[in-house]
Amino acid sequence: MTAIATASDLLLEATDVSKAYGAVVALKRASLAVRRGEVHALMGANGAGKSTLVKILSGGLRADTGRILVRGRESAARSPGEARRNGIVSVYQEPSLIPDLDLRSNLRLTRTPVDAFRHWANELGLPDVKGSDLASTIPLAAQRVVDLARALALEPDVLMLDEITAALPANLTERVLEVVGRLRGGDRSVIFISHRMIEIGAVCDRATVLREGETVGVVDVTPGSEERIVQLMLGEIAGQAPAITQAEAHAASERHEKTTPRLHVKGLAAGTHLHDVAFELFAGEVLGVVALEGQGQDELFDVLAGSRRSSAGEILVEGSPITFHHPADAIRAGLVYVAADRAEALLMQRNVRENITLPTSAQPRHWGLINSRNERKRVYDAVETLQIDARAGAEVRRLSGGNQQKVTIARWVAGGVKTMLCFDPTRGIDIRTKNQIYGLLRDLAAAGAAVLLYTSELKEIQLVCDRAIVIFGGRVVAELPAAQADEAALLRAAYNLKKEEALPEATAAEAVAAVSTDSAGPARAERGKS
Amino acid sequence: MTAASPPTATVRPGPISSIRAALGRDAWVAGLAVLVVLLLVFTRSINPNYGASGIQSLAVNVLPLAFAALAQTTVVIAGGIDLSIASMMALTNMVAATLMLGRTDDIGVAVVVGVLVLGVVIGAVNGFLIVWTRVADIIVTLAMSFVWAGFALWIAQAPVRSPHEWLSGLVNGPVLTEFLPKAFVVLAVAVTVIWIPLRLSRLGLAIYAVGSNPLAAFRSGVSVGRTKVLAYALAGLFAAIGGLALSAITGQGNPLPGGFTLASVAAVVLGGVSLAGGRGGAVGPILAVMVLSLIQTDMTFLGLNSNLATVTQGVILIAVVVLGSLTQRRRASA
Repeated sequence: MTAIATASDLLLEATDVSKAYGAVVALKRASLAVRRGEVHALMGANGAGKSTLVKILSGGLRADTGRILVRGRESAARSPGEARRNGIVSVYQEPSLIPDLDLRSNLRLTRTPVDAFRHWANELGLPDVKGSDLASTIPLAAQRVVDLARALALEPDVLMLDEITAALPANLTERVLEVVGRLRGGDRSVIFISHRMIEIGAVCDRATVLREGETVGVVDVTPGSEERIVQLMLGEIAGQAPAITQAEAHAASERHEKTTPRLHVKGLAAGTHLHDVAFELFAGEVLGVVALEGQGQDELFDVLAGSRRSSAGEILVEGSPITFHHPADAIRAGLVYVAADRAEALLMQRNVRENITLPTSAQPRHWGLINSRNERKRVYDAVETLQIDARAGAEVRRLSGGNQQKVTIARWVAGGVKTMLCFDPTRGIDIRTKNQIYGLLRDLAAAGAAVLLYTSELKEIQLVCDRAIVIFGGRVVAELPAAQADEAALLRAAYNLKKEEALPEATAAEAVAAVSTDSAGPARAERGKS
Repeated sequence: MTAASPPTATVRPGPISSIRAALGRDAWVAGLAVLVVLLLVFTRSINPNYGASGIQSLAVNVLPLAFAALAQTTVVIAGGIDLSIASMMALTNMVAATLMLGRTDDIGVAVVVGVLVLGVVIGAVNGFLIVWTRVADIIVTLAMSFVWAGFALWIAQAPVRSPHEWLSGLVNGPVLTEFLPKAFVVLAVAVTVIWIPLRLSRLGLAIYAVGSNPLAAFRSGVSVGRTKVLAYALAGLFAAIGGLALSAITGQGNPLPGGFTLASVAAVVLGGVSLAGGRGGAVGPILAVMVLSLIQTDMTFLGLNSNLATVTQGVILIAVVVLGSLTQRRRASA
C-alpha cells in the first residue's frame, strides 16, 4: 500500500504542524517531507515560520498540532536530547559546546564515539584541536566545525544544519559543503538551512518553501530554480504604489551631490557578522536597510548607537570622524536609536512623561530639580505630534505595543531629531500605528532629519524610504532607489542573487566548483562554469 | 581528496601539554595549598607550641564548614546558590541528636543512614521547587532556610545533649601519626567516595555543563531540570554530613543554624569556584576553609581583637574577587 511505500521512502515526515504564540500564528499546518539520502533545503523569508519549524523538529519547542515521523516512527520530542534519541540531531549557528568543559568531556556529555568524531574532524579539515582543550579556548569557527563533526559522529537519521555556514571562513565552508554533499545518496538525510542561495544550489536536492507559516511548495533544486524559490517565498504581491516617484528620487540624488552627508560610514566592521559596510546618509532622507537575519545589521546599529565598539572602519558625522564609547556619545552627536524590542528602550514600570524625558534628564547637567513646567510642555507636544493614546500612561507596560513604540520615538522627537536609527520599529505593531509611524518618519525627513531604517518587512522600503541598501554577509551588496526596490528585487538582492550573473560571490563560486567537480553530476559542473 | 587531508585533529593530548593544562587550571588550588602551608609555618613561628594538637583542633574546627562548603560548591557549579545550607545542617543535626538520644550504637548507625537520606530528600525538595516554580534559586533557598530552621526548632527549642562515643570517636583524635587527625581522614573519605565518582560520572559532567551554559547543555541533550534537582540533592547530602559532624564534635543537637551559609559562599569564592557556575572543584573550597580558620587562629595568637579577623576575611574575599575578575578580563582580551 502507498502508506508503506512512502514510509520506507521518507526518512522524515512532518505533517499538519501548527504553532501559535498567543494570537500570533507562526505555523499553519506546515509540512516537510525528507527522502532517504537527500539534502533538503528549508527556505522562507523572515517570519515565514522557518525557525519555529526548526525548533519543533529539534525538540526545543512543542507543536500545538501535527505529527512528526522519523523512519515511520512517531517523534514528539520535548527536548533536544529526546529528538536525538529519535534520530534527529541539530547543529546550530551558535555552537552548543560547553565552554567550561574540555573537548573530551564535551564528547562524553553527548556520548559521542571518539574515533568517529576524529574521522569526521579530519574529513572537515578541522584545525588542530586537542581533547584537553577547553571549549572556550577553541576559536569560534572551529567550534562550529567541532559541533558538526560531533553531530556526524552520532550518525543521526536526520542531520539538521541551521545556518552552519553563516559565520564560517571560506575554506571551512568549502569543506563543510563538500562533506554534506557526500552524504547524498546514503542512508541518512540532511535538512539544510542557509541564506546563501548558492549553497542551496550546490548541495541540495530539493527545497521546501514556507511562507506565512504554510508550506507553499517543494521544488527540485536544478539550475535556475532559485527564481522559482524566490517567487514562492514572495507569493503574490499586492501591487502597491510606491510612495516616492522616480522624479522625486532623482531630485534627491542631485541634492546629495552638493552636500556633506549627515552620516558617512566607511568600512565598518564589528563582531563576526559585520565586515565592511559603507554608506552615506543625507539630511532629509529615509535610507532603508534590508538584510536577511544575521547579516550584520544588528552589529551595524549597535555600533552606530554607541552600545558596541567597532573593530574597524570610520564613522563621520557632518564630515568629521567620531568614535563612540557610550550611547551618550552617540546621542550627543545626534544619533538616536529606536529598537525593535520596546523592552530594550522603555522603563516599563514608569509613566509616559518619565519615559519621554529620560534622555534629557539622564544628562548629568540636568541632574538637579526637574523643571516641570518646561518638561510638561515638551512632553505634551510630543504626545500630540505622535498621537499617543496615553490613557493608560501611568505605567508604560500597560500601553499597546504600538503606543509603546510611539513613546520611544517621542522621546527623541521631544529633544529634536538630527539622525534617527530605527531598527525594525514596526515589528509586532498593528497596521494603523504602522501607518502613523511611516508618516512620522516621512515628516521627520521633510523637517530635515536623516533616518536610517532597517526593516524586515520589504514592502516598507517603497512606502517610507528614498533609497535602500542591501547587506549580505556583513557587506553592502546593492543600493536601489525606492522606485526599483520592489519586494522581488529586494529579496533577490538580499539573497545576493543578481539577474545577469548566476554566481554572485567569488568564495561561494569556489565552493560550488569544489563540490561539483567532486561529487555532483554534469549539470552542476556546468553551472559552476557559467 | 579525503586521503590528502592531513590528520590534524587529535583528541589524545601529549603528556607535557596535559600537565601544563592541568597546572594552569589548578594553579589557584595549588596556590591555596601553598598558602595553607605558609600559614601553618607562620602560626608555628608566632606560637612555638603550635603542633600536633593545633592541627588536631584545626581539623575538628573546619570539619562542619568544610562540608557546608562542599554542599555550596556542588550547587554553585551547577549555576545556583543555596542559602538554606546552615538550616539543613541544623535540621539534620537536631534529628540525629533526638533520634539517637539514649539509644544503642546499632540504632545510632541506622539513624546516621536515615539522616543522610533525609539530607538528600530536603536538598531535592529545594531543587524541585526551583525547577518547578522557575523562581530564582536565591529566593527559593532563602525561603526554605526558614522552613528547615523552623522544623529544627519545632523538634526542640533548646540544644539537646546526646553524646555518642562512637560518633565523636570518628572525628576526634589522630590516626597512625599524631599529625594526621581523623577529621581530615573523614573529609578525604567523603571526597573520595562522593566527589571523585561524581566528577567521573555523566551526572558530574552535566552539573558542570548546566552551570556553564544551560542552553548549550540543553541542546547537548542534558536534562537541565533533573540535573539541577540532583545537584541540590547532593548539596543536601553534604549538608547532612555537616550536620552529623556537628553532632559528633559537640555531642549535641542545636536547633539554631550557625553562620555556615554565608561562610560557605565565602569559602566557595576563595576556593576558586566561579559564582557564575561551571568552574571549580571540591579541593579549593576545602583549602579555603582552612585558610579562613588559620587566619582567625593567628589573629588570636597575635592578641588582636577577634573582630579584626572578620574584617580581614572580608578584605581577603574582596581581593580574591577583584583578582578573579581581573584575570578573567585579561583572558578575554588576550
